[in-house]
Amino acid sequence: MRMMGQSITALLAGLMFGLGLSVSGMLNPSKVLAFLDVAGAWDPSLAFVLAGAVMVSAVGYLIRARARRPLFADDFNVPASPAVDAKLVIGATLFGVGWGLAGFCPGPALAGLILGKWQIVVFVTAMLAGMGVYEIWRGRSVGVAAA
Amino acid sequence: MSNYLLSFLGGCLIGGSALILLLGKGQIAGISGIAGNLVAGIGGAAAWRPLFLVGLCLGPALFLGLAGHWPIVRIESGWSTLVIAGLLVGLGTRLGSGCTSGHGVCGLSRLSKRSFVATGIFLATAMLTVFVTHHGGLQ
Repeated sequence: MRMMGQSITALLAGLMFGLGLSVSGMLNPSKVLAFLDVAGAWDPSLAFVLAGAVMVSAVGYLIRARARRPLFADDFNVPASPAVDAKLVIGATLFGVGWGLAGFCPGPALAGLILGKWQIVVFVTAMLAGMGVYEIWRGRSVGVAAA
Repeated sequence: MSNYLLSFLGGCLIGGSALILLLGKGQIAGISGIAGNLVAGIGGAAAWRPLFLVGLCLGPALFLGLAGHWPIVRIESGWSTLVIAGLLVGLGTRLGSGCTSGHGVCGLSRLSKRSFVATGIFLATAMLTVFVTHHGGLQ
């Protein structure tokens, strides 16, 4: 029962996310780049996407503050905001440059795979490789710390 | 319907996705975290990550069913740009613990200081990158 609840929650959340990206136009990297191009013919659409998303998501966090636990799990797995560190700053910088180069962030790239465009396959393959590089780097630094 | 209204409605759906994943499973709807943990091979029992990604990929197909056409996607980048951009996005989001969804949507909506800093930085560097590539004579 609980496993089924978790599975339906995850599938439904993914579906809503993918539909939201499609409806909002965020799936389209040209539109994303037009939002990021503040010095050109600026398209403010993405600000509306973010506003809608943050508003509804905030309701979730307000309910969470009063809920003892999630419906289908024992605990909330939400990071307890530690301090800003160099990793966060460097990571966000690298991500921003990559996002600005092609107009793809992880959500729209993965959701767009179903469209069967070679460009999205190339981007997602490189993105997963980049995530793999992080795991190798982290494995090394853990190894160094242990030694 | 106006484009801005559609953008806002689409945003509400994305926020709704974050809401049900939080209240149903207690997890943050951060795409780079979900994909990255799969790459790292974490949580064999956690079938929710692949299921979320399956739903995510089916989202555009649901759009096709409702709207009668696929969502418009225009990609102008060549393969070398896509490879460099993909590597930077993959490495950067894992190093910085989040992307547009994890920091931008979930982080801002729970007033996380780290997410405000991260979102400010990636928005600024993305805008700067577009400025340089579109207006700096590089393309």
